[in-house]
Amino acid sequence: MTGTDRLFITISWMIAVCCIIFLMLPIVITVVTSFTSSAVYTLPPPEWSLRWYRSLALRAGLWDAVKLSLNLAVISTLISLVLGTLAAIAVTRGSFRGRAAIATFTVSPLMMPGLVVGVALLQFFREIGLRDAYWSLLLGHIVITLPFVMRTLLASMAAFDFSLVDAARTLGLSYPKAILQVLVPNLAPAYLTGGLFAFLASMDNYPISIFLTDARNKTLPIKMLQYLEEQPDPALAAMSSGLILLAVIVLLIGSRTVGLNRMING
Amino acid sequence: MTLRAERIGLLALPGLSFLAIVYALPLFMLLLKSLQIDGQFSLAEYQLFFADEFSRSVLWRTIRVALLTTLLALAIAYPTAIAMARAKGIWLSVFLVAMVLPMSVGVIVKAFAWTIIFRTRGVLNDVLMSLGITDAPVRMLFTETALIIGAANVFLPFMVLPIYAVLRQMDSRLPEAAASLGATPVFRFFNVTLPLSLPGVVAGSAFTFSLAISMYVIPSLIVGERQQTLSMLTARSFLYLRDEALGATISSILLVIAISVVLGSSWLAARLGARQ
Repeated sequence: MTGTDRLFITISWMIAVCCIIFLMLPIVITVVTSFTSSAVYTLPPPEWSLRWYRSLALRAGLWDAVKLSLNLAVISTLISLVLGTLAAIAVTRGSFRGRAAIATFTVSPLMMPGLVVGVALLQFFREIGLRDAYWSLLLGHIVITLPFVMRTLLASMAAFDFSLVDAARTLGLSYPKAILQVLVPNLAPAYLTGGLFAFLASMDNYPISIFLTDARNKTLPIKMLQYLEEQPDPALAAMSSGLILLAVIVLLIGSRTVGLNRMING
Repeated sequence: MTLRAERIGLLALPGLSFLAIVYALPLFMLLLKSLQIDGQFSLAEYQLFFADEFSRSVLWRTIRVALLTTLLALAIAYPTAIAMARAKGIWLSVFLVAMVLPMSVGVIVKAFAWTIIFRTRGVLNDVLMSLGITDAPVRMLFTETALIIGAANVFLPFMVLPIYAVLRQMDSRLPEAAASLGATPVFRFFNVTLPLSLPGVVAGSAFTFSLAISMYVIPSLIVGERQQTLSMLTARSFLYLRDEALGATISSILLVIAISVVLGSSWLAARLGARQ
């Protein structure tokens, strides 16, 4: 290794460490400011306090929004896991034409402008006369979650040995049972990773939800942006810290069961 | 009896028809709507959009911000991915957590944190003033620079991870072989490492650019109404102005940009793959 090599590597390590600090900065700032006793954002906080966490209990509409967001995230992820399993098996095992195109199409909502999808859904639902906000939101959130599930399932099924499913069938299991008892447990890491990221994406979505809500059905991100306009006090940092805690819990589940490296590589 | 391959294809139907009806069809109808006035084919809405100086400035700002965000993210991500690909043990875990945790925390939380940091009486100004770099607080919130820094921060993991993935898979003996043949470090980087990592760079840049061109939450929090982007203009024309023809036109422009990025990057990735 020459001196220039060492210089290259030292510089990339220095940038990498700065990058880690840069990435963690917003998370650390949010958590620290949430424990302030002051009504404005000063750092470090003049005194530590839980007052903003206590104030959350009294926020009108906050808990309804949390419940709606959790409801949408869980149900849309479960539906996506079912639809995604079937579609991924078809793409991996089928022999029809255009399988690559279908794979690209099912993952493509990830790269489409969320706001445009939201606008398109708003007009489409109006056209077909779907006026119920909950059902509109649920359908929209399946469009959000399905590509996350498809991405990981497609990658992991490509490496799965389907003769295991055939073996289970010669032993007398029906096709659906063979899928449920052989394929799903074998691909558990992919289900967990795809499901967790889909769940988080649904919890966080604003650009699609904003077009599909009504006065009674407001998701958590919509409610948070509304608070930010009306009353931008550190209670928002407390709410955000709650969401960060949720992300940490999800990551702990993921890293304990599948490992962080597999979560990243899907 | 095993399911025959043709019948297995039918399993794709539920998911595929769902996406066709609740995703592709609405987008197609939106595109169609932007090309029609009173049921007649017309490009008038587009002419109106491109004739208007304000709309053009918004379009230009949106593209400029997305490009600069992608470049900033790439400049930070590439060296980081190199270090990450060499990392082992505890350092690798630190890197992985530093990527996955911010990816799992929502955009709203992070954009909101950046407003605390950039505020006039905010964190960054406190630091700058206590270090004596500035005497008075600098206005940072509502500037394009703040927007680009915040956006690059949010999208950074999506740039690092694809580059990390290709660098990790790269046979580390290749640069060593080049070195043993007398190639200088600079020559090795530009002729071995960089070309081999290009698929990751293309994938990461395309994804970051398509996220940045259509971001909505980040600019609404960091720059607000003062500096509109295409997404904000779309939302405004539907939610406040009730000018759906304008909204449909801007949405279609965004859609066309997004689709070109997807197609262009997969074409580029295929060409890069074929060359190797």
